[in-house]
Amino acid sequence: MTTGQTGQDWITQALHEHEALASSDPTTPPHERREQGGAGHRPEHPVADREQQVLDRIDRARRRRPKVREERITMSHGSGGKATQTLIEAVFLDAFRNPLLEPLEDAARLEVGEATMALTTDSFVVSPLFFPGGNIGDLAVNGTVNDLAVAGATPLYLTAGFILEEGFPVADLIRITESMRDAAAAAGVRVVTGDTKVVEKGKADGCYINTAGVGVLRREVNLGVAQARPGDAVLVSGPIGDHGVTIMLARGELDIEADVQSDTAALDGLVAGLLRAVPGVRALRDATRGGVATILNEIAKAANVAVVATEEAIPVRTEVRGAAELLGIDPMYVACEGRLVAVVDGGQADQALAALRAHPLGEQAAIIGEITAEPPGLVTLKTVFGGTRIVDLLVGDPLPRIC
Amino acid sequence: MRFVDEFRDADKAHALAAKIAALCEPGRQYKLMEVCGGHTHTIYKHGLEDYLPESITLVHGPGCPVCVIPMGRVDDAMHLASQPDVIMTSFGDMMRVPGSNGSFFDAKARGTDIRMVYSPLDSLKFARANPDRRVVFMAIGFETTAPSTAMTMLRAKAEGLTNFSVFCNHVTIIPAIKAILDSPDLRLDGFIGPGHVSTVIGCRPYEFIANSYGKPVVVAGFEPLDILQSIYMLMLQLSQGRSEVENQYSRVVPWNGNLVALKAIGETMELRPYFEWRGLGFISHSALKVRESYADFDAELLFDVPGVRVADPKACQCGEVLKGVLKPWECKVFGTACTPETPIGTCMVSPEGACAAYYNYGRMTRKRVPEAIELSSRP
Repeated sequence: MTTGQTGQDWITQALHEHEALASSDPTTPPHERREQGGAGHRPEHPVADREQQVLDRIDRARRRRPKVREERITMSHGSGGKATQTLIEAVFLDAFRNPLLEPLEDAARLEVGEATMALTTDSFVVSPLFFPGGNIGDLAVNGTVNDLAVAGATPLYLTAGFILEEGFPVADLIRITESMRDAAAAAGVRVVTGDTKVVEKGKADGCYINTAGVGVLRREVNLGVAQARPGDAVLVSGPIGDHGVTIMLARGELDIEADVQSDTAALDGLVAGLLRAVPGVRALRDATRGGVATILNEIAKAANVAVVATEEAIPVRTEVRGAAELLGIDPMYVACEGRLVAVVDGGQADQALAALRAHPLGEQAAIIGEITAEPPGLVTLKTVFGGTRIVDLLVGDPLPRIC
Repeated sequence: MRFVDEFRDADKAHALAAKIAALCEPGRQYKLMEVCGGHTHTIYKHGLEDYLPESITLVHGPGCPVCVIPMGRVDDAMHLASQPDVIMTSFGDMMRVPGSNGSFFDAKARGTDIRMVYSPLDSLKFARANPDRRVVFMAIGFETTAPSTAMTMLRAKAEGLTNFSVFCNHVTIIPAIKAILDSPDLRLDGFIGPGHVSTVIGCRPYEFIANSYGKPVVVAGFEPLDILQSIYMLMLQLSQGRSEVENQYSRVVPWNGNLVALKAIGETMELRPYFEWRGLGFISHSALKVRESYADFDAELLFDVPGVRVADPKACQCGEVLKGVLKPWECKVFGTACTPETPIGTCMVSPEGACAAYYNYGRMTRKRVPEAIELSSRP
C-alpha cells in the first residue's frame, strides 16, 4: 500500500511501474517496434497487432494490486466505483484480511455450530433524509435485509446505530423510526439492539444510521459472483435507476421535475421465490451504489469471464432515462434500492424470469445479457444503436450520498 | 423516448454503413477529424466505429475544453481557490484535472472551498448568499460556454454584485483548427465540424477550410446517426471532388450563428493576443479575456495570479493526441501509468477527452458490421 505521496511523486512512481510492465511485454513495446521496423518492413496487421499489445498490457496493469494514491479521502472514495474498490482492497482488506472477508460479498458466510449464518452491515447518509417513496429509515432496514437476502439467507435480526446532530427535530426522528418499524415488519425481521450518539451542530448532517443484520442460510445455498460461468444468463428484477434519480431530483438543485419515486423495498420474498423455483442460481446482488454496471463488473472480475449485456433489454423508466440523458449520466450507474441482478444457469433463464415476474417486485424483470468466456474481466454492451462498447467501473462520483 | 430514439436507429445505421462503404475508393485511406470532444464521446459510447470500414480512420481533435487547459492555468486557479475568502465555482468536468499539486477534488479534500455548478449563473446565488466572501467562477470552454459566462457577468453587473468575478479561460475553436491544418504531422481528408460551437458561431467561419485548404467540413449533431450521416456527407464530397461547408445539424445550427450570444460575448470579453493550449503551445488570438469595461469582474486583475508556466509531465503525450497525431492507445503511458482514476494528462480526465473515451468505452477488439466491409475486401 502506498499512501502519503505528494504532488507529482505518484506520477514518477506510476511511470516506474509502467516501465516494469512494458519490459515484461513478450515482444518489444509497440512504439519502439514502429521505429525499428521502418517502412517496407511492416508486419501483416501492424495497427491491429500493436493495439492488441497495448490492450494486453492494460489488462495486466488492471490486475495489479490496487494502491490508494490520494493523500486524503475524496468524495470518489464513497461512490461505489473504482476508487471505493481500491480503498476497500488496499486499506480495509489489507488490514483485516481473512478467508471470510476475502470474497467481498454483500454478506459474510459464517459457520456457527450446526448453523450457517450470514452477517452484514451498512451505513446510511442519504441526503435529503426524506424523499418520494421513502426515507433514510426504511432505506436502512431494506438495505441490510437485501444484503442478507441476496446472500441467499433468511434475514432475522437487525441492529440500529444512530448518529444524530445536535438540533435535529425529534419529530423527524420519530418519523424515521416508524418507517424502520414498518419496513422491519414487512421484511419479517426485528431490530434487537442499538446505539445512539449525538455530535455537535455542524459535525454531522441531521441523522446517519448504521444497521447490521444476521440471517440463516440453508446449507445447500452457496451463491457468489465468482461462480458465474460462460453460458449463464444475467437478469435484473425490474427498471433500474429509480432511487438515484429520485434522490437527485429531490435535492432540488437541478430545477428538473419528474414523476419518479425510490424503489426501496425488501427483496427477501423475491429471492426466496427465485431460489425455490430455480436450482441453477449462481449469484445474486442488489444493485445499490454504482448501479447495475458496477455489479456486472464485479461478476466479470470475480469469475474472470465476460458479461455481454444488451442495452435494449435493460428496463429503464422513461422518466429516469430522460433525466439521466439531460444530466449526462448513464442509468447503468444509477443506484437502485429494491432491484437485484441475478446470474443463473443459461438453461434455466426463462424459469428464473418467470419466477421473478411472479412476484410483485419483479413484474418487470428482464434477461439483460449473458456470460461468455471472452474477453475475460470485461463487461461489454451491445448498444441500441447497434455498436459495441465497454461498460467499466465508474470513476468519480456524479451522485454523492445516495444511500 | 422521443427526440432520442429516432437518432439511434440501428436499421438506418446499417443502411448508412453500406452507403459509406460503397463510397470508399479501393486502396485509399481516409482520415476524418471530429473536432469536438462531444463527438468523440458519442462515437465511443455508441460503438459507432463498428459501422465504419477499415479504410476510414476517425482522428480525435482538440475540441475538449478541459483537455486543452494547460497545467499552469490549473495551478493559477488553485491559487485563487486557496485564498481564505474565496469560494471557487467550477463545472464538474474540471474537478479532476490534475495541476502540479493535485486536482480541485484533492484541494476540496484539504478544505479549499470549491463548489461544483451546472450553470455559471449558480455562482451568483453563492455570491448573494455570502456577501463577505468573494466568488470566483472558473470559466472554461469554447464559444459553446462563453455566452453563459457572458450572461453571468451581464447579470452580475445589472445586480450590482461586487463579490463575483470570472477566471476566464475561454478559448476559440478556429485558431486551433488552423493550427492543426498548418501542422505538418497530419494529413486529414475532412472535418466533422463541432455542432455545439456552431450553434453560436454558425457555419461561415469554417469556409476557409473548404476554400483555402480544400478540405470538406460537415457540421454535425451529437447523436450517433448524426455523426454517421456526416461521415457519409464527407465521403460523398470526397468522392465527387468537392470541398464545401455543409450543415448536417441544421435542426439546431443556424448558418449565421446566434447573434444574441455573440453580442453578449463581444460586450463582456475580447480576444487575448495569445494563449497557451495544452499540447498545442501558444496560439495567437485563440482565447478570450474579460473586456476592460468589465474589469471589476476579472479575477486576473482583482487577484494576484502567479501566471507561472508549468511544463506537462514529460511522459504525457496529450499534445500529440489532441492534434490527432497519436491515437490514444499509442501514448506511452496510456492505460498503465495514466488511467481515468489517476490521470496524468487532461485527455484522460474529461468524458470528452479522447483517451478517457477510448479507455472507458473502446478498449477492446472491434467487430465491424457486415455492411461496413468494403466490397473490394470481401472474400
